[in-house]
Amino acid sequence: MDFSYTILIPLIPLALFLLLGLFSKKIPASISGWIGSLGLGTSFALSLYTAYHYFLEGKLNGVYQTFTYKSTWLIFTDKLHIDMGVLIDPISVMMLVVVSTISFMVHLYSRGYMKGDDGYTRFFAYLALFSFSMFGLVLATNLFQIYIFWELVGASSFLLIGYYYTKPSAVAAAKKAFIVTRFADLGFLIGILVVSYYAGTLDFGELNSLDGTVITSWASTSFMGLSVFTWGLMLIYLGGVGKSAMLPFHIWLPDAMEGPTPVSALIHAATMVVAGVYLVARLFPLFYFVEDGFALNMVAYIGALSSLVAAIIALTQTDIKRVLAFSTMSQIGYMMLALGVSKYEGHEGLGYMASMFHLFTHAMFKALLFLGAGSVIHAIHSNELKDMGGLRKYMPITHITFLIAALSIAGFPGFAGFFSKDEILAAAFESNMLIYISSVAVAGLTAFYMFRLYFGIFWGEDRKYEHTPHESPMSMTIPLLFLAVLSIVGGYIPFSEFVTADRMPFAAHLDLPLAAIASTVGIIGIIIAYVFYKKVSDLPEKATKLFGSFYKWTFHKFYFDEIYIFVTKKIIFGILAAAIAWFDKFVVDAFMVGIGNSTMSFSHRIKGMQSGKFQDYAMAFVGGGVILAMVVFYIWIN
Amino acid sequence: MIEGINIYEILTLTSILFFIGTYGFFTRENLITVLMSIELILNASAVNFVVINTYLYPDFLQGAVFSIFIIALAAAETALAIAIIINLYKLVYSVEVKDTETMKY
Repeated sequence: MDFSYTILIPLIPLALFLLLGLFSKKIPASISGWIGSLGLGTSFALSLYTAYHYFLEGKLNGVYQTFTYKSTWLIFTDKLHIDMGVLIDPISVMMLVVVSTISFMVHLYSRGYMKGDDGYTRFFAYLALFSFSMFGLVLATNLFQIYIFWELVGASSFLLIGYYYTKPSAVAAAKKAFIVTRFADLGFLIGILVVSYYAGTLDFGELNSLDGTVITSWASTSFMGLSVFTWGLMLIYLGGVGKSAMLPFHIWLPDAMEGPTPVSALIHAATMVVAGVYLVARLFPLFYFVEDGFALNMVAYIGALSSLVAAIIALTQTDIKRVLAFSTMSQIGYMMLALGVSKYEGHEGLGYMASMFHLFTHAMFKALLFLGAGSVIHAIHSNELKDMGGLRKYMPITHITFLIAALSIAGFPGFAGFFSKDEILAAAFESNMLIYISSVAVAGLTAFYMFRLYFGIFWGEDRKYEHTPHESPMSMTIPLLFLAVLSIVGGYIPFSEFVTADRMPFAAHLDLPLAAIASTVGIIGIIIAYVFYKKVSDLPEKATKLFGSFYKWTFHKFYFDEIYIFVTKKIIFGILAAAIAWFDKFVVDAFMVGIGNSTMSFSHRIKGMQSGKFQDYAMAFVGGGVILAMVVFYIWIN
Repeated sequence: MIEGINIYEILTLTSILFFIGTYGFFTRENLITVLMSIELILNASAVNFVVINTYLYPDFLQGAVFSIFIIALAAAETALAIAIIINLYKLVYSVEVKDTETMKY
């Protein structure tokens, strides 16, 4: 079987980026959107074909095979070389489908959403750059390649968040996103160096091999009570924490909503932010076997905590995109905890499969939610919930698709989110009660805040609109409808047949009691939201009063931003940086300035020698000659 | 060989000539007189060549030939120096040494 054609999937967007980026002034806006969409459509078709081809024929003795095509790029020593290539295995194929679907839909949608914008072609160039980087990340064959593309998605995310570069808040958000994730990526890089130094390889195949050096001999090296590999994996996970907006590096994600809404849907909901989950899944055998899953436990707890905190914060936010951002963070926490509680073999690896399943369904319905929110924002030109209400009459398609997505994320029976969430809860239930209870609570909170949004936007009374809101154009509603279909049928895909931790298909069944608990909690959340927000009532006010200062805390996002500002401004800038600045100014600089000054004063004193009078020069020359002659003569006569 | 005149007397004369030239070169204020001083130095050495040739090696002619070379060289050098001085004059309207002191710190 030959999968080498998959290299085209990232190369097409790269070519698009070069074409649209280099000729952005020459290509008229009317066709650049079509060029971008067409190119991504090709990648989408190729990805689907790859998935069809792979999942149908990729098995050997019931185990999904890995196909690697690579060429050596940089050679340092015999052992240390960096390869570039494509790696085809169940999760990379699954991610290809997710990324290409969402990217294609977002391209189609952006043709309507960005219409009339000055940087229309530039926008599509950036989108293509992002798609290229994300495909490269997904297909990476080794740690270093994934790191390169990891940084590239970070850079394109920076470009797209700061797309409206005349808006100071967008510029600040772009910088914040870049710096925070870059800081986390430092840990990733150190982790790569540690792991590859001790394992002697960067290649995923060799690292993950069950009889490879890492898994067989992780115990032979230790540092501060833990295996060196555990430290390495925790540092690598730090990169994932940054990119996937887990605690405590989540602060960039809400601000990243300054970017255009299609970008939020593509990058900050469906694809880039799940890169952390993908990274852990990619190195799953390592996480599971090294130190008996010490690092994996950390993944689980950070995931569960982030999911709970984000869900609580999402309850009180008033900017609809920020609610969705915290919801994304919460759902990614779900995926992380599912990976964290997973085991390796057969049905025990349910969590792994559930995590990938949820990644898939979440990408569909969260992109749909964002695109729906974009459609609303497009119609009324505001992000604030208080400016919205009663829109179901004006925007029927947006209304229906948003409802489908909200039901899906709330885990309403029959929708995609219901199935994937059930698998996650089942996996958590089997291994960790604390995490299970927290996840069920999150399921209820999710249903509540989602329907708070839904009722707030589409029901309630009309607000004063500048002009009567109208349904978005076809170019925007078609992607909505397509994703709405996927948000329902995505759940019926038998994922355990395709993506499992040990690559062997198993039969997953719906765990009815657990599913009943989860969906009951979800429905209770929906009902509370219905009572609170369906009609204008004073219940939300009363609830706010009831919670008092806790409400204030959540409204201010638990003051995470303030803590960061305090730490950076007061402690780092104020104390540490001031001391270093003093040393730099009065020791390093002073030394250098001293050298310069002494040279200058010395030259000032001797510059008179160069008088410009040729007779002086001649005198010096003759005098020197005479003195030399006398010296020679003196030596000679002695 | 000149009757009644010792080689030392002639060499003393040329030395005096040489040092007058050197002194003039260092102290004159006018570029033309500086040039004349250089001529004195050159002439002193030309005379030295001839005299040493005549007194010490009367059978050879190299010294005399060399002095003719020096005269030719001096002519060329003078032409060049005059050309430079004329160009300088066009630039600064002066042939004084103190007006040429612009190339300095």
